[in-house]
Amino acid sequence: MLELRQITKRFGDVLANDQVNIVVKPGTIHAIVGENGAGKSTAMRIAYGFYTADSGEILVDGQVRDIKSPHDAIALGIGMVHQHFMLVETMTVAENIVLGAEPGNNLALDLKSAASQIRQLSEEFKLAVNPNEPIEHLSVGQQQRVELLKALYRHARLLILDEPTAVLTPLEVEEFFAILRRMREQGKTVIIITHKLSEVLAISDEVTVMRDGKVVGRVQTKDTNAAELARLMVGREVLLRVEKPEAKVGRAELEIKNLSVTNINGAKRVNDVSFEVRSGEIVGIAGVEGNGQTELIEALAGLTDPARITGEINFEGKRLNQMGARVRRELGIAHIPEDRHRRGLLLDFSLAENSILGVHYRPPIAAFVDNIFLDENAIQRRAGEIIQRFDVRPPNAALPARALSGGNQQKLIIGREYHVNPKLLLVSQPTRGVDIGAIEFIHRQLVSLRDDGCAILLVSAELEEVTSLSDRLLIIHEGRIAGEVDPKVATLEEIGLLMTRGH
Amino acid sequence: MTKLARDLLFPLIAVLAAFVVGGILIILVGDNPIDAYRLLLGSALSWPDGIGYTLFHATPLIFTGLAVLVGFRCGLFNIGAEGQLYIAAFATAWVGITFANLTPWLLIPFCFAAAIFTGAFWAAIPGVLKAKFGSHEVINTIMLNFIAVALVSYFTQYHYKVPGDPIMETATIGQGAHIARFGKFVPGFPERIPLNLAFLLALLCCLLVYLFLWRTKWGYEIRATGSNPFAAEYGGISIRKQIVLAMAVSGALAGMVGINDVLGYRYRYYDGFSDNYGFTGIAVALLGRNHPVGVILAALLFAALQHGGIYVDGFSEHVTKDIVQVLQGIIILFVATESFFKWLLGRRPSITRLRA
Amino acid sequence: MRDIFTLSLIASTIRLATPLVLAALGGLFSERSGVINIALEGKMLAGAFTAAAVTYAADKSLHMGNASPWLGLLAGMIAGLFIAAIYAVSCIKFKADQVVSGAAINILMLGIPGFLSGAFFLSSGSTPQLPKDHLLPQSPVIIAVTVALLVAAIWYVVYKTPFGLRLRSVGENPEAADAAGVRVSAIRYSGVLLAGVLAGMGGAYLSIGQSSLFTRNMTAGRGFIALAALIFGKWRPVQTLLACLLFGFTEAVSIQMQGAVKLPSGEDIPVQFIQMVPYVLTIVVLAGFIGSSRPPRALGIPYQKEK
Repeated sequence: MLELRQITKRFGDVLANDQVNIVVKPGTIHAIVGENGAGKSTAMRIAYGFYTADSGEILVDGQVRDIKSPHDAIALGIGMVHQHFMLVETMTVAENIVLGAEPGNNLALDLKSAASQIRQLSEEFKLAVNPNEPIEHLSVGQQQRVELLKALYRHARLLILDEPTAVLTPLEVEEFFAILRRMREQGKTVIIITHKLSEVLAISDEVTVMRDGKVVGRVQTKDTNAAELARLMVGREVLLRVEKPEAKVGRAELEIKNLSVTNINGAKRVNDVSFEVRSGEIVGIAGVEGNGQTELIEALAGLTDPARITGEINFEGKRLNQMGARVRRELGIAHIPEDRHRRGLLLDFSLAENSILGVHYRPPIAAFVDNIFLDENAIQRRAGEIIQRFDVRPPNAALPARALSGGNQQKLIIGREYHVNPKLLLVSQPTRGVDIGAIEFIHRQLVSLRDDGCAILLVSAELEEVTSLSDRLLIIHEGRIAGEVDPKVATLEEIGLLMTRGH
Repeated sequence: MTKLARDLLFPLIAVLAAFVVGGILIILVGDNPIDAYRLLLGSALSWPDGIGYTLFHATPLIFTGLAVLVGFRCGLFNIGAEGQLYIAAFATAWVGITFANLTPWLLIPFCFAAAIFTGAFWAAIPGVLKAKFGSHEVINTIMLNFIAVALVSYFTQYHYKVPGDPIMETATIGQGAHIARFGKFVPGFPERIPLNLAFLLALLCCLLVYLFLWRTKWGYEIRATGSNPFAAEYGGISIRKQIVLAMAVSGALAGMVGINDVLGYRYRYYDGFSDNYGFTGIAVALLGRNHPVGVILAALLFAALQHGGIYVDGFSEHVTKDIVQVLQGIIILFVATESFFKWLLGRRPSITRLRA
Repeated sequence: MRDIFTLSLIASTIRLATPLVLAALGGLFSERSGVINIALEGKMLAGAFTAAAVTYAADKSLHMGNASPWLGLLAGMIAGLFIAAIYAVSCIKFKADQVVSGAAINILMLGIPGFLSGAFFLSSGSTPQLPKDHLLPQSPVIIAVTVALLVAAIWYVVYKTPFGLRLRSVGENPEAADAAGVRVSAIRYSGVLLAGVLAGMGGAYLSIGQSSLFTRNMTAGRGFIALAALIFGKWRPVQTLLACLLFGFTEAVSIQMQGAVKLPSGEDIPVQFIQMVPYVLTIVVLAGFIGSSRPPRALGIPYQKEK
């Protein structure tokens, strides 16, 4: 059905795809697995015409095809559901589905006949959704159905699904897999991109494994097992072991009582959460992404409008609710944000300028005449210390942050946040998109900060990371704390159950 | 390529390319582009008139160029320098008229303050609207331009015109508010050329803007907001405050155009005095790569063109002074379309980082 | 106050609103596709100058008589299209900052008419006077009907055709439109070019409809008023039409008053305050004081595929 031959794609200095070969047989469910940044999505975006390959060719039904845009891919019967849904939120389900493949002639948009066709498709594939509902009123699961209908409406014979289960609960995943099997029965071909091995084993017929932009294995699902796939994916022993001494727990630094946070649209994202973090311990928060972790951390860091917060946030006995980010930093709260490009860095600024973000306005950085001016020497000194202690490479404070690799950018942020000797550290996804060497380094640093008496609240989507680092583990589900477990004794099954089903 | 070379190269290419396109237009209307350009640029180098007038014309452009620059550095597009300088110039004249009998030691600072604070106030309005309601500063500054023009025209017409004067202008300001022309202290420089101390003030402002943006904590906060507002917020910086502050500083700079025109040149407010200074300021800032030194160079280029335009009008057969605006337009278009040149040079196009 | 609401005032409102309606609806196509259009002013100037120059030439050299304003109108539309094409290539192909490019077009078009008329008509920025019977129709009824039909047609295109659906989707979420197989650039080009044609038409009506020659900077900010009307009309065709009529009315009143009309109390209403009305209203609406005016989500952002 689909074949990628020797596909190579470069983004700047990063080789995202290195001579990738993938063969997908018709009428099968084909899984493409690999860690974050392995190049899975890039390869599939090339197949869908979203990116153009630097070299290599794409074959559809055995013929070499020039796919320059999604338009071309759709014409060849390829459909794709992206990880971040590609829907126009202000428009209705029907409008989104027909967009680009409108029924009727060019002079009249026939949404009525479209709606009936959509109803037919929804019944056939058991994808219930109201064609006249605006997208912004739909749940994430419903939006995914719209995406599937979009592809089916365009008579896609091959469906590419990028991390489709990331937004689903286990129950929904079961339903979703049933839909995929139904599609296979109808003769469709499905490619599913994922990094969850249990899902690969449950649904696929064949697996292609990618690592560092290369294809490192291709196996029949029935001939393999989780351990083999994991070894191929990671290329080393899978289990991360973090050596850490017994926690010397002190007093409660952060106390949260009945905290709720609503988003801009008024939806409750964090719901009645209470817990505390004591000095000298790492409290982990595990959960499927999008269950309120982001909103929780931002509310604690002072990045949320106080009007959207109810309940109490107390730090060392002081009520933080109305305080801005600056005051919280002054009290000793540091924050390693989940998205370093969006929140953590000024990409066009030099490393030196980035190293003072958050302390730029007070001595020793601000000096002279009522502390108005920046002290260039103090800035260089600080940047030098961070670069040296956290091994930021290349060690040149004048470079723009943009020029660094993901791991080095992360080290710069961590160095900056450590430099203030925080009493409470909020950490989100500390090792996302970071190379393995840096991961271990970052983990060691977190543990040593804990041992120095800092209270750490850690959010991570990597279950293994959060269980091995944490002293206590809270599980979040749909904005609520679904339970607390002792990470030393809890099994992954137990945690997984709480993550997905709540109480 | 080093950063400095690149910073100089692209504006230079843009200017040259604009002159080539302009040259083609000149040929099309039947004149010789070499002759036209000789008139246009050559006249700017003559002593004392060419140089004097070029520096005089450069003065408002440096102010408005700096105004646009400060906005850009905060991620804001101040298209409203035109309105800010009008309202500020009127306020300057008002102080000069109302307190005409004060000693210069008081009157001049009062007039300066009027120019600076009125400009800052007028620019702070769209800043506040953006910070509070999120409404786009581009639209609001455009709208406020028209409001400012109508407002000062009303005051001039109904309240401050000398009865019987057919021209839309106010009465003259007090002698004590005049600032010195170069002719007063530069030997051999005629006093009829209106180049005045405001030019030195403009140069001083370039230095101050540089120090402010790159050497103070406030400048750091403004630039951080312009570079990535989410990261700035994370670093404890109030984005709303920076938006209002940057607009106010921007407006203050634009307002100083009033000092040049009212206190150093006409000694009154003259309705419609601005020769598109606010909009040309956009060209100046962009061509100057949003750096104070670049602003000086770009302002000098545009001022020289403006001065040369008169000679083109007088001595060329077909070409009129309108060629100056044509060239300006093409230059900005080329500067905005930097990736066009990269494409010509066979590089991959990328988003031009104008607001960086 | 009562005596200002005369039939002649209504007629003059319609005449004055016409160029605004044309330019604003042009801007609607462009902005709905996600491209900011502060260059409406420049495109109107291009249309106004070209229309007047071509009408004059058609009359004088080609002896086309009554047909010459129609050739002029066509030329004005083509001029708007041409300027829009430059703007479109710069913003869409080369991803230039749309506001900067638009400002450049406006400055350029302040110069070009003067430059050309200096060369061709040996004048300082204006075209020669046209005979009164060689102008576009003036009758308010004909104009009103034409404009109403045009607005209806545009409403239909935007809301009831596949092109309209694609246009709106590209302005809201170009990535989603691209993923659905819509050619984002093609749609944006169409939007910007349509804006050019309509703004050129609006400009043409200014020079060979409302007056009988082109004068230096004759649009005098009407492109920006049109932009204001588009925002005031919340980027919707019918509301935009109403906004244009309102702004046309304020202009008609200010022309009719010229200091002569007094309030019942005997005081003058300075004409400047009437002139400010459209701008103040736009600021008020944009701030959300009168309902909310939400721009298309992707407005002003160049579409970058591989990021």
